[in-house]
Amino acid sequence: MAKKQLVGVKVNGRERQAEVEPRLLLVHFIREVLGLTGTHVGCDTSHCGACTVVLDGKTVKSCTMFAPQADGCELLTVEGLMQDGQLHPLQEGFREEHGLQCGFCTPGMLMSSYVLLQKNKKPSEEDIRWGISGNLCRCTGYQNIVKAVQFAAARMEQGGVK
Amino acid sequence: MPQTTPEVGGMGHSIKRKEDLRFIQGKGNYVDDVHLPDMVYGQLVRSPYAHARLKGINTEKARALPGVLAVITGTDLAKANLAWMPTLYFDKQMVLATGKVLFQSQEVAFVVAEDRYTAADAAELVEVDYEELPVLVDPHKATDPGSPILREDREEKSNHIFHWEVGDKSATQRAFQDAAVKVNLQAVFQRCHPAPLETCGCVADFNRATGRLTIYLTSQAPHAHRTLFALVGGIAENNIRVISPDIGGGFGNKVPIYPGYVCAVVASLTLGRPVKWVETRSENLQSTGFARDYHMTAELAADRDGKIQALRVKTLADHGAFNAAAQPTKFPAGLFSICTGAYDYPNAFCEVDGVYTNKAPGGIAYRCSFRVTEAAYLIERAVDVLALELKTDPVELRKKNFIRPEKFPYQSPLGWSFDSGNYQAAMDLALEKVGYEQLRKEQEEKRRKGELMGIGVSSFVEIVGAGPAHSFDIAGIKMFDSAEIRVHPTGKAICRMGTKSQGQGHETTYAQIVAQELGIPAADVTVEEGDTDTAPYGLGTYASRSTPVSGAATAVAARKIRDKAKKIAAHLLECSEEDLEWEPGKFFVKGAPSKSKTIQDIAFAAYTNIPEGLEAGLEAVDYYDPPNLTFPFGTYICVVDIDKGTGEVKVRRFVAVDDCGNVINPMIVDGQIHGGLTEGLAIAFMQQIGYDENGNVQGGSFMDYLLPTAVETPHWDTDKTCTPSPHHPLGAKGVGESPNVGSPAAFVNAVVDALSHLGVRHIDMPIAPWKVWTILKEKGVVS
Repeated sequence: MAKKQLVGVKVNGRERQAEVEPRLLLVHFIREVLGLTGTHVGCDTSHCGACTVVLDGKTVKSCTMFAPQADGCELLTVEGLMQDGQLHPLQEGFREEHGLQCGFCTPGMLMSSYVLLQKNKKPSEEDIRWGISGNLCRCTGYQNIVKAVQFAAARMEQGGVK
Repeated sequence: MPQTTPEVGGMGHSIKRKEDLRFIQGKGNYVDDVHLPDMVYGQLVRSPYAHARLKGINTEKARALPGVLAVITGTDLAKANLAWMPTLYFDKQMVLATGKVLFQSQEVAFVVAEDRYTAADAAELVEVDYEELPVLVDPHKATDPGSPILREDREEKSNHIFHWEVGDKSATQRAFQDAAVKVNLQAVFQRCHPAPLETCGCVADFNRATGRLTIYLTSQAPHAHRTLFALVGGIAENNIRVISPDIGGGFGNKVPIYPGYVCAVVASLTLGRPVKWVETRSENLQSTGFARDYHMTAELAADRDGKIQALRVKTLADHGAFNAAAQPTKFPAGLFSICTGAYDYPNAFCEVDGVYTNKAPGGIAYRCSFRVTEAAYLIERAVDVLALELKTDPVELRKKNFIRPEKFPYQSPLGWSFDSGNYQAAMDLALEKVGYEQLRKEQEEKRRKGELMGIGVSSFVEIVGAGPAHSFDIAGIKMFDSAEIRVHPTGKAICRMGTKSQGQGHETTYAQIVAQELGIPAADVTVEEGDTDTAPYGLGTYASRSTPVSGAATAVAARKIRDKAKKIAAHLLECSEEDLEWEPGKFFVKGAPSKSKTIQDIAFAAYTNIPEGLEAGLEAVDYYDPPNLTFPFGTYICVVDIDKGTGEVKVRRFVAVDDCGNVINPMIVDGQIHGGLTEGLAIAFMQQIGYDENGNVQGGSFMDYLLPTAVETPHWDTDKTCTPSPHHPLGAKGVGESPNVGSPAAFVNAVVDALSHLGVRHIDMPIAPWKVWTILKEKGVVS
């Protein structure tokens, strides 16, 4: 076993650190060390996107990074989406538009959609479909996820929410 | 059916899902989220070979690795008589290999370590000595004299598993002799895998102090699994608690019991610590329940004017190394005999032979009521082939042969009693929505210009909601299902079920049934499933059986509560029961509507002011044995354009008209249709678990087993007709699987239609671009 390394991240606004094996995947760091189990593992080839988190403003599939690579970074996971005790418009949108069924892909979908809307405030249907194309969903057929993101985009524009 | 207010949220209201709040906040609780004190991790060692003699296993190096707690082999399990376990279908399966391995990725050893990384390291250190054996991949060669006999454990030295037939063979033969027109279709429904986004796994927690075993399990059928663990493991059933927490999709994949579960249980019993085992995606695709792999021939006999006279079906079923089909015991080919479809003709004969090959065991029902998908695909393809032969429009041919509405209940030639249907109505709506005639004109014009466009129609019939106890059981347990409702003193309620949602929205829809029947707002009804210590016994969720069976149980249990509530209301209103009338939410005195008691008043009285001679409390349980299955149906129309340069098929339009009787929650039904159509699209164009000649699995990871993203998935245009089930208490039918059952034929029919003028009659799925491009090249369309 390799020597452990200290990894420090700011996750959902909170500084956290832990000593871990250098080979520990970021997704396992998030789930098992930080205890944030909203981020899921759905494959072993970086295809499904269930492990998507936001790292320094960009989406990453947290199964493709080692925890030490995230040292010093800022992380946003699904648990950090609520603002001031209020659901984020994306969370509302997913519920209002029936954008989820089993819920397993949902956290990853939310994080990809979140970054999409940071970059593109008025995405077209095609923009949204491409924006979530790194995330697989086996239940919804994506149609209502597209509507959920559209709902959120409209709500965010009205409410000035980030 | 009385309409409740949106606040009550009974049948027909698109109320938002109760379960969503935790999922959108990342607060779901899936099996891999279960973390218990002192928990350790299991990892399976798997065979790289498809067929090999196991000459020895050396676990020394693995055991020597710090952090490793145990390495279990088949030999170890054999001492406890656990090296083999029964499958769900009259066969047995190795838990860990002894003697030889029979498919690639078969389970060979189980390593337990303090953490998952050490367990994975140790699995690499297990040394297994294999002697390769000849491999049987092609099911058509399974019974050839030269093929290796795979199952040395069986008395019968043959790779043949079963022969099953149904229908009147000689009458069908005579109909074919006399027929003016005959067509023949050979179609393979390829091996595919449900691939729910959450893989299978468990945490087995044996508590030495209490003697109880708790298993957190990715299970679509937690009660049945508890009983099987008790029967196979010899543990008293009261000492086993199966908890199926949030499930990240099932689609049939989570019906069987897998070796990893058994190993985790054995390890926990041995170590006295909780053991977590969660398979990787590749393990999931390579070793757990596959679906389909039906090699089918269909023949139709018809009059010159297109009236169908007979259907004859012969099918070879590849079950892999063990017959681990998850289906009712009286039906070795499931409900494949629904293959006569939506059409009215007197003669049919269907036979199926099952064989072993060196592939992963199965097959399970992938979003399907036991081989209904194969059946619907076959008949809907065959009818199109007949239309081509007759040079008639496939829509006209279907209309000519539909079972007329007045013929229901309809006795099918293969023995089913279809409960209700109006096939023409669903088709007419679909034709109108898609603009069929205009599309045919457009197609003609495009053909003149050399462009390829196709229109595919599928008018499917399903058979779901297994099933009546006289015919349906799994491992001997009758296929009833259950609901238990308790109304609390303050008028709120909890409803516990024998089923288990994997995303279908049960926490919402069952609450809506209670709301419909008792007038208690759905928001005030908690639905709980998946804990065998608290929920009533049931067979679980698959085969679109939740609404037909447990939904019915919920309605009946609620009506039992209403009967008791009436007695209490009469007591409170000081009148006789006969003087009372019900409207959702209250009893009132006939002719004096102001004299009433709400269900909440009555609930309070059930605990505080109980009439003499009546027990306290307000609760009921129902174990519902359905009198028949339900037969949802619909018409799907798919429009495709084909890129001649690449062979790529683009789905331009897809109209889906479904009829599932009375609808509980239209929003949820729509969502089910979207999802099922997307899985149908995947099956038609992408998904296949293939094998090379050495039995190496191709399609064993998401690198090769392709799933559609939002980009490949088209917009789905849904609508519905409503033909209630006459025997279901709510007039409802199952729906979750219809889109997956009905759509593959619509996609393939559309592609074949686009190419039919070139002489193409059939293309096997998945229709990848290279397949289409190869055909275009052969036909001289591209050079």
